[in-house]
Amino acid sequence: MNKSIFALLALLPGIASAGTIAITNAEIHTLGRAGVIAHGTLIIRDHRIDAIGENLPLPQGARVIDAGGKPVTPGLFDAYTSLGIKEIDGVEESDDSAAKKSRYSAALDVTDAFNPRSTLIPVNRVEGLTRAASAPDSASGGSLIAGQGAVISLGSLSEWLVKPKAAMYAQLGETGAKLSGGSRAAAWASLREAFGEVRRAGTPRVNPEHPSQLTAEDIEALRPVLAGEEPLVLYLNRASDILGALKFAEDNGIKLVVRGGAEAWLVAKPLAEHQVPVILDPRLDLPQHFESLAARADAAALLQKAGVLVAFALDDEFSSHNARNVRQLAGNAAAQGLEREAALAAITLNPARIYGVDGTLGSLEPGKIADVVVWDGDPLETTSFPRSVFIDGQEVPAISRQTELRDRYMQRLHLGPYAKQ
Amino acid sequence: MQRQLFAAMLAALLACACGQQNQGGAQRAPYASTYAPPAAVAVLIQHATVLTGTGSRIDDGDVLIQDHKIAQVGKGIAAPAGAVVVDAKGRWVTPGIIDPHSHLGVYASPEVWAMSDGNEATSPTTPNVWSEHSVWPQDPGFEQARMGGVTSMMILPGSANLIGGRGTLLKNVPATTYQEMKFPGAPQVLKMACGENPKRVYGSEHKFPSTWMGDVAGYREAFAKATEYKAKRDAAKKKGGSAPDRDIGMETLADVLDGKILVEMHCYRADQMATMLDVAQEFKFKISAFHHAVEAYKIGPQLKASDTCAVMWADWWGFKMEAYDGIRENVAMVDAAGACATIHSDDPIGIQRLNQEAGKAMAAGWRAGLDIPRERAIRWITANPAKALGVADRVGTLESGKDGDVVVWSEDPFSVYSHADLVYIDGVQRYDRAHPAAQPESDFKLGILGREEEMQ
Repeated sequence: MNKSIFALLALLPGIASAGTIAITNAEIHTLGRAGVIAHGTLIIRDHRIDAIGENLPLPQGARVIDAGGKPVTPGLFDAYTSLGIKEIDGVEESDDSAAKKSRYSAALDVTDAFNPRSTLIPVNRVEGLTRAASAPDSASGGSLIAGQGAVISLGSLSEWLVKPKAAMYAQLGETGAKLSGGSRAAAWASLREAFGEVRRAGTPRVNPEHPSQLTAEDIEALRPVLAGEEPLVLYLNRASDILGALKFAEDNGIKLVVRGGAEAWLVAKPLAEHQVPVILDPRLDLPQHFESLAARADAAALLQKAGVLVAFALDDEFSSHNARNVRQLAGNAAAQGLEREAALAAITLNPARIYGVDGTLGSLEPGKIADVVVWDGDPLETTSFPRSVFIDGQEVPAISRQTELRDRYMQRLHLGPYAKQ
Repeated sequence: MQRQLFAAMLAALLACACGQQNQGGAQRAPYASTYAPPAAVAVLIQHATVLTGTGSRIDDGDVLIQDHKIAQVGKGIAAPAGAVVVDAKGRWVTPGIIDPHSHLGVYASPEVWAMSDGNEATSPTTPNVWSEHSVWPQDPGFEQARMGGVTSMMILPGSANLIGGRGTLLKNVPATTYQEMKFPGAPQVLKMACGENPKRVYGSEHKFPSTWMGDVAGYREAFAKATEYKAKRDAAKKKGGSAPDRDIGMETLADVLDGKILVEMHCYRADQMATMLDVAQEFKFKISAFHHAVEAYKIGPQLKASDTCAVMWADWWGFKMEAYDGIRENVAMVDAAGACATIHSDDPIGIQRLNQEAGKAMAAGWRAGLDIPRERAIRWITANPAKALGVADRVGTLESGKDGDVVVWSEDPFSVYSHADLVYIDGVQRYDRAHPAAQPESDFKLGILGREEEMQ
């Protein structure tokens, strides 16, 4: 009990200082120019990575962590979750990820609903997830423009907001069609109308009788998207839908990101040419929908080979609760032909690039924020686990609601190592 | 034990019936299996790391499959004349994976209305429906599951209803009809469901049941009627009196009371599982397994005492209130308590990598200080589901006389990088990763999938 209180206090900024930490004898996957350093040392000083290399002198007074030759990676970064805005899917009042009956769309901002005390955060944090995009989702109902997401930190109750308005999210394809009245054409017309209104805002409407689908707040929220400053993450799976989105983005000067992307591999070259990244769940290899008939297990490898920037996120109802499983996604992509470092990049550096925070996050390089995980084995293996997780240079406690439930029942039922049978 | 004997006898009887039907076209029982494995040469798999499913590991081990059955397991087995010899040095061999909870075929891909046949959600008590009648054998999920080493799966109705109907065990062989997949002689099961789903489905329409106590009343009323039906049926059999009017649903429940049909019960919370054990005691039936069983770790000793399996996910949690207490150590803690621990998918994507799910659960156990060798953890997806489904005498382990359901893995099956290289079902090679073009493909996939030459 005392231990857990102390651990929670340590998370509060200002109470515990990060100090200087040296992680030695480590196989460092930097995801940066230095590549993989087989036997290296990583030094953390005051929340930042101070130095990385072989045979570095240990700073005086540093806390030394011997990694025992095991891998050290950047903290994991999930490119799409609803962390902090959803506690339990089946408990509506605890779920702010979708605003099914709201008159607002683009104006919806996850930071207004975010709860840094969500139990999902420690559950995922102890498994090495340090940053995530927290995004609204209108797949279950509402406007096809779901609203604005943010990049968040899983390491602080007060300084959890890394980047507000990191992206605008919208549904197209089958769900977009459904939300717009029943056809893809209606979804595109609706999206064009929305951006047209942003462009015309301030000028008299062509037809003042026609009610606007957007509020003034929505129009304001869409301005940076139309200016190409804030990316638009469109949920799309069918190859033809993706090509339509590329054209739409080009015509309007919009910075596009494709999420879903089951058939993206079929249009990998145009995606690469337009430098449009794809947020993919590489496990999804079944024709589960008519828009994803061409889904295949090696899609990530094909996209990467064509030069498309790929990031991974779970594309199912567990995208938040089991965001920790992004490394299983990466492992499966690697088992299907994606290089292991590229698979690791898809859950560290590439999400940081997509959301424009790679200047400070996503890789282990001097000067970057010290989000660091020391693993007990290959991080892409589901049997591996973090030995230590650092966020902003501070070690996070290995405690979550789930570890507390486990410990209670291990004790209550006297479960210990059992005899081999 | 008696039930197992009965199952074995029934299996023998049905196998005979099949043979007759195939040879002479004699009358076949309605809905009976028509599955009969084609002739296959003997296969000797050599020099592998063998996890037998009995709790043993054999390094540099051999497995001989002959006449559709496991013939021998050990070291230095001589190849019979004409046998195919597979050099599996550096590779691993396990029993075929068994998924005790799948909706393949009844909630097929594509997930469209026309293919969603898993829940007869028009009445909370539907013991009259059989999931097998909904199975679409062209579901592409079957072949993807085969690529993940799954050789049998229990196809269950969904959980909208208190009593959802009969489930059926299928062998994962390519087929045009479900009868060609039906596991010969396996007992049928009854799917029942606790908790939020039934009370949400009906309660939201202001119908019964709308509460958990309503759920319990619903089971009790159904089994009270079934008890009367069974008494009449038994009396008619014994004394030759008039049999009760035929009632398709009551036949199912009376067979449950007779121990012929096993109860597979969707239940999340520990307290709800304990309540269901009392319901089962009141009406003198047995619950073979609790499915999902997110809180099974809280009542491992009770599950052991009632000889009830827990069929669990490795890590699903939090998607509804009754799943909020899910923990990664669930499977390992149930196992440590001495109860029958089993992993299921309940999902067409998850079924493709039950080996990885077992790996996650095993490693969670290690971190909790439990000593779980791989030869034990493999039982969670082989021998233990076979027990939960009443077919432990037929599949789930590599022992001589068992069905020739065997997987050769490219490496440690608990690794994320491991692939099923070869999958044998009843001694017939049904998948070979080295020759993907030769794999059977669902009719649905023909002519509609994007192909590499179409890449833009």
